[in-house]
Amino acid sequence: MTPSPLRSAMTVIAHSVREGVRRRVFLAVLVLTAGFLALYGLGAHFVFRDVGNFAGGEANILDDKAFAGATIFGLAMFAILFLGAVLSVFLTLGAVRGDAESGLLQPLVVRPIGRTTMLMARFAGAAALAATYVVLVYLAAWAITRATGGWSPDHLIGPALGLALAVAIIAAISLLLSVLLPATAQGIVVFMVFGAGLTAGLLAQIGNAIDSDSLHTIGRVASWALPFEGLYAAGLHALISGTSGLTGVVLQLGPFGGSEAAGPGLIAWAFAYMLGVLAIAAFAFSRRDL
Amino acid sequence: MTEPPVLAVSGLHKSYRGQEALAGVDLEIRAGELVGLLGPNGAGKSTLTKIACGLVRPSGGGVEVLGRPAGSPPARAALGYLAELFRFPGWCSADELLRLHQRLAGAAGGAGEREELLDLVGLGEARDKRVEAMSKGMQQRLGIAQALVGAPRLLLLDEPTSALDPVGRRIVRGLLEELRRRGVAVLLNSHLLSEVELVCDRVAIIARGRLVEAGTPEQLAGPGGVEVETAAGVKVFAGAGREDAPRIVAELVGAGERVYRVEVRHSSLEEVYLKAVGGQTG
Repeated sequence: MTPSPLRSAMTVIAHSVREGVRRRVFLAVLVLTAGFLALYGLGAHFVFRDVGNFAGGEANILDDKAFAGATIFGLAMFAILFLGAVLSVFLTLGAVRGDAESGLLQPLVVRPIGRTTMLMARFAGAAALAATYVVLVYLAAWAITRATGGWSPDHLIGPALGLALAVAIIAAISLLLSVLLPATAQGIVVFMVFGAGLTAGLLAQIGNAIDSDSLHTIGRVASWALPFEGLYAAGLHALISGTSGLTGVVLQLGPFGGSEAAGPGLIAWAFAYMLGVLAIAAFAFSRRDL
Repeated sequence: MTEPPVLAVSGLHKSYRGQEALAGVDLEIRAGELVGLLGPNGAGKSTLTKIACGLVRPSGGGVEVLGRPAGSPPARAALGYLAELFRFPGWCSADELLRLHQRLAGAAGGAGEREELLDLVGLGEARDKRVEAMSKGMQQRLGIAQALVGAPRLLLLDEPTSALDPVGRRIVRGLLEELRRRGVAVLLNSHLLSEVELVCDRVAIIARGRLVEAGTPEQLAGPGGVEVETAAGVKVFAGAGREDAPRIVAELVGAGERVYRVEVRHSSLEEVYLKAVGGQTG
C-alpha cells in the first residue's frame, strides 16, 4: 500500500521536529536564549531607570519611555532574528547532501514518499520550529519590556509574523543550499547571505541618516533580493509607526533609520520568493543521484 | 497471464561525468529467488542496486520492479533496501525507527510487525535501545529489519553482513532462507563468496560495468578435474568430470595400478570469480 503524500509529509514533519528538539544545538539555542532574555531584562531595567537622565528637561518633548523601549526592543528584534536564523540553518544543515553522504537520507528516500514531499516536509518542520521559536522569544522580550518599562510597540503581532516569515525564508534558502553543497559549505554560504542582507540594511540606515539616495536604493534593492531583511526592516518600522514628534525623529536617526512599512507587495513577494526557492530546491533534489 | 519478474534490468547504462559505471546490464529476478551479485569494488553493483530503488537515475536502459518503473511510488512501495553505508538517527530507539518506516511505507502491521521483525533479526530484547547505544552489528541487523518493514516483494541488500560477527551472519543466512520460503525476491550484494555460495540460488558476476558470468553456483562451478590416489602417488586428470571417473579408474587398474581414492573436483566460486573479473580489484 502506498501511503498518501499528506500522511507521509506529516510523518516526516513530526520526525524533523523531534530530531530538531533532540539535537543538542536546540538545547544550546535554548540556553543562549535564556541568557539573552536574562541580559535583556537586566538591560531593559537599567535603560528605563536611567533614560530620564538622558531626556533631562526635554522630557515633555521626547517620550523617554517610547525612545528607550523602541530602541532596546528594536535591538532585541535584531538578536531574535539572528538566533532564529541560527536555528533555521542548524535545523536544515546537511538536510540533503550532508545526510546523503552520511547515509541518513537513503533509507527514507527509498520509501514511497516522493522526494518533493520529503523536501517540503523537511522545510515545514524546520520552518515551523524556527518560526515558533522567534515568535515565543519575541513575545518574551515584549513581556519583559512591558514589565520593566511599561512600554509596548505600536504594532505587536505584525513584526512577530514578519520575523516568523523571515526565518522561514532563511530555512528555505538553507535547504536549497543543502541540496547543492556539503554541510560545512552550506552553513558558511547561508550565513554569508544572511550577513549580506544585514549589511544592506545597515547601508540603508546610513543612507537614510546622511540622506544618500544611492545607499537608500541599495538598501531597497537588497530588501527585495533578500526579503528576510525587508521583513525585518518592516517589523522595525511597525514598532514605531504610530510614534511621531521629536521621539519619532530621534528614533529614525538610530536603529530605525531606513525602515519602511512592509505593504502587501513585500509580503506577497516574500511568499513568492520562498516558494520559488523551494521549487528550485525540489527540482535540484529530483535530479540528484544519492 | 504470467506475473512480471520482480526485478527486471534491461540494457542498463549509467555514466558519472563520462565515466561508465554500468555498460548494458541485463538481469532478472523472480519471486522467491535469491540472487547474489558479485564483483570487485567499483564494478557497478551498488549503482545497479541504487538505480533499482530510485536513488540514482539511469543514463540508459531500464529497471522495472513488478512491471513498474524503478523509482516510481508503486515500485518503491514493493521493495526494501539496505544500503552499504547507512546511518539511523542516534536518538531513535529500534522500535521508533521501525514505526517511522512503517508510516512511510504505509505498512499496517503495527506493533506486532515491529516485534516480529526485531525477533527475526535477533533484536527482540533491544526494542527500546537507542541506535547510538547499539554496536555496528546490531545497527546492521536493525537495518535489515527496517528493510523488511511492510513485507516487501523485493529486498535489495548491499553488503548486509559486512559488520556482522559469525553468529550475526548465521542469523542473516537463516533469515534469507526464510524470506525465500515466503516468496520474497532478494538481490544480495556481497564480497563474501562463501556466503553467496551458501544461500544464493543464482549468482551474477559483474566487472567493469558488465555482467560477465551468471548462473547457479553449480553451473558456474564447472569440472575441476579428477584426482586419483594410487600406489604411485596422486594423479590429477585436469579437465575431466564426473562421467570420466569410471573410465579413468578402469584404465589405471587395467594398467596394473592400485587405486585407493578417487575425487571429482569442482572449481570453487572463488576460482570462477577470479577468472571472471580477471584479477581486477577496486
